[in-house]
Amino acid sequence: MLETIWFVLWGVLWTGYFVLDGFDLGLGTLMPFVARNDEERRLVFNAQGPFWDGNEVWLLTAGGATFAAFPKTYAVMFSALYAPLMLLLFALIFRGISLEMRSKETAAWWRKSWDCCMTVGSFVAALLLGVAFANIFRGLPLDKDGVLHGNLLTLLNPYGLLGGALFVLLFAVHGSLWLTIKVGGELRERGARMAARLWPVLLAVAVAFLGMTAAVTDLYANILRWPLLALFPLLAVAGLVGSRLFLARRDWWKAWGCSALTIAGAAAFGVAGLFPRLLPSSLDPAGATLTAFNSASSPLTLSIMLGVALVFVPIVLAYQFWVYRNFSFEISAEDLEKGNAY
Amino acid sequence: MDVLFLSRLQFAVATYFHFLFVPLTLGLSLLVAIMQTKWYRSGDEDWLRMTKFWGKLFLINFAIGVVTGITLEFQFGTNWARYSIFVGDVFGSLLAIEATATFFLESTFIAVWFFGWNRISKKAHLASIWLVAIASNLSAFWILVANAWMQSPVGYTIRNGRAELTDFLALITQPFAILEIVHTLGAAYITAGFFVLGISAWHLLRRGDTAFFRKSFALAAVWALTFSVFEVAQGHMNAEILQSKQPMKLAAMEAHWETRTNAPIHLLQWPDEENGRNLFEALTVPNALSLLADYEPDAEVKGLNSVPPADRPPVLPVFLSFRAMVGLAFLFIALSAWAVKRRRDPTGSPLLLKLLIFAIPLPYIANELGWTIAELGRQPWIVYGVMRTSDAVSQIAAGQVAISAVAFILVYTLLGAADYYLLAKYARRGPEDTAAAGN
Repeated sequence: MLETIWFVLWGVLWTGYFVLDGFDLGLGTLMPFVARNDEERRLVFNAQGPFWDGNEVWLLTAGGATFAAFPKTYAVMFSALYAPLMLLLFALIFRGISLEMRSKETAAWWRKSWDCCMTVGSFVAALLLGVAFANIFRGLPLDKDGVLHGNLLTLLNPYGLLGGALFVLLFAVHGSLWLTIKVGGELRERGARMAARLWPVLLAVAVAFLGMTAAVTDLYANILRWPLLALFPLLAVAGLVGSRLFLARRDWWKAWGCSALTIAGAAAFGVAGLFPRLLPSSLDPAGATLTAFNSASSPLTLSIMLGVALVFVPIVLAYQFWVYRNFSFEISAEDLEKGNAY
Repeated sequence: MDVLFLSRLQFAVATYFHFLFVPLTLGLSLLVAIMQTKWYRSGDEDWLRMTKFWGKLFLINFAIGVVTGITLEFQFGTNWARYSIFVGDVFGSLLAIEATATFFLESTFIAVWFFGWNRISKKAHLASIWLVAIASNLSAFWILVANAWMQSPVGYTIRNGRAELTDFLALITQPFAILEIVHTLGAAYITAGFFVLGISAWHLLRRGDTAFFRKSFALAAVWALTFSVFEVAQGHMNAEILQSKQPMKLAAMEAHWETRTNAPIHLLQWPDEENGRNLFEALTVPNALSLLADYEPDAEVKGLNSVPPADRPPVLPVFLSFRAMVGLAFLFIALSAWAVKRRRDPTGSPLLLKLLIFAIPLPYIANELGWTIAELGRQPWIVYGVMRTSDAVSQIAAGQVAISAVAFILVYTLLGAADYYLLAKYARRGPEDTAAAGN
């Protein structure tokens, strides 16, 4: 029971991360395509300013929770995916540091370099997360000792790459919708046009991904067993359709909310399809697959951690909600001159 | 080069680099919170300008501390997979609690503080810097409890081939953890104190007696002296606990080879690791080591020769680091005492001001030396007496670790240079430009 609860929490933490940091990563990826001058780029930076740091902690907590609740999965997942994780790490370092560094110098080369770090860092992070999760859905060539039989190229199979493309597009749409909330004028129009233009591509990739998922993974098996779980992919589809409809009505918040629902539904679909597996092995599905049950911590640790989660996750949600309420006002060029801006 | 060597190198680079930023964050967050509180209470604009000036330096420093912290959590999984499997039940839970209970708080409210000037009420804004300061210090608590468990494992049992938690309370209340936390936080506060003192001294030398920097100077002088004295006094208590929990680390710190009673301390000596003795010993203080370790002049203190060479930490670096760290600690007391004496009239002593500028990097060195003693002195164990470092490393290809280790060194050098450049630039500018930017 504790193992199942922790499996669900594990899924919730990853979902929280994708929904929240997803728009930061999307904005960073899109910046060169929507922002035409320094002032607009600063607006893009400041659109994620008050949020990205808190958002990124969802990733750290998801990692920490995996370490605490499923240490064996944590160890095998991180060491088997060594090269992509190191790349992800450097991408996140450059993305994070660019926010603090960019505005501290006016020289064009300085700002261009950090803009580049922001865009490449965001794009690479989104892509790698997608590639990694698609490969986990498919199963990694792991042996009984948790050693990966393959390398970085093994992960770049068609399904993995499709997963990467899906994440990049999901986040890009999510990010451009966030831009329509945070800024006005021409930049908002460009954000809206970008979302509208990317939307059909996202739809096509999502359909292809769902189709290929049926062919190369058995994520649907759980849904056939427990039909209620079909709610998750349906929510994702509803969110996707909703985001386009609200975008057309220029109802920015609702469009963004729907896109958040798409990401949450997609993540929940993946996690539910995996259950109780955390890290399926394609080499030896019966012997080497790590599940919530064969890789869990002791009942005492799981109980203590559950207590911590029950107390603190609602508190975190409450103050992060407060931050979103207080800081999601529309920013303008004048706000940038007041000094408390990147 | 093998995976073990490369992984140790990479982890050392990542931790040393991360720990260049953490102590200042821990100390300066509190100092900035105190400054803002003084402004909130008195309405004195000097305190507001101080909050903004030191706050800007705090933010530049904070950013690198955060992104390099992520690296460390990742590396337990990527490079130390067998360690992670063995200790996840105990150690992993502490990291997870740190992220859930404190890191969220710190990361969320640092942004609230930066973006919140004139956006939220003055009270809520003041509360946000205090939340950042308290959360950073509580983060340190959880991380150091985890580290203390590697130094002195308690509250667990070996079951199912791994360390399983049996007593969580024992874990977070063990004396080793408490002393480590107090000692590390003390060092962090000294670092922040000398940072503020040194930069204030630079401006006082150049611009004469400005109220702004004299106030900063006086606050930091009292702060630095308080914690320097505290640190030395408290440092003694560590010897006693090392004697019972990590006798070989204590022996390496003092290059103490033979187990004996009435163990002395030699102020001058040089260890000869190959032959298990000292090349020379001079200026001997009789019974001093026994007294330090057990408060009894005739207490027995274990020597390095009581265990096989394979179970001893590398003696020379631990021995030298310890001496250098203690020497620096006394220097901090002397300098900060002088600064306290001169706090009303700091420009009257240009020599003191010059010395304080050169003293800025010294607490950083002392911090890194402290961790060298703690971590190198724990070898060859990753969990003292329970798991060897060589058994903890991941079963992965050496080539990819070599590439990532080189990447870390390059990227961190770049980040360090950019950060140093910005800190120096904004520290030199002083508060006027900050105010002109409306910040």
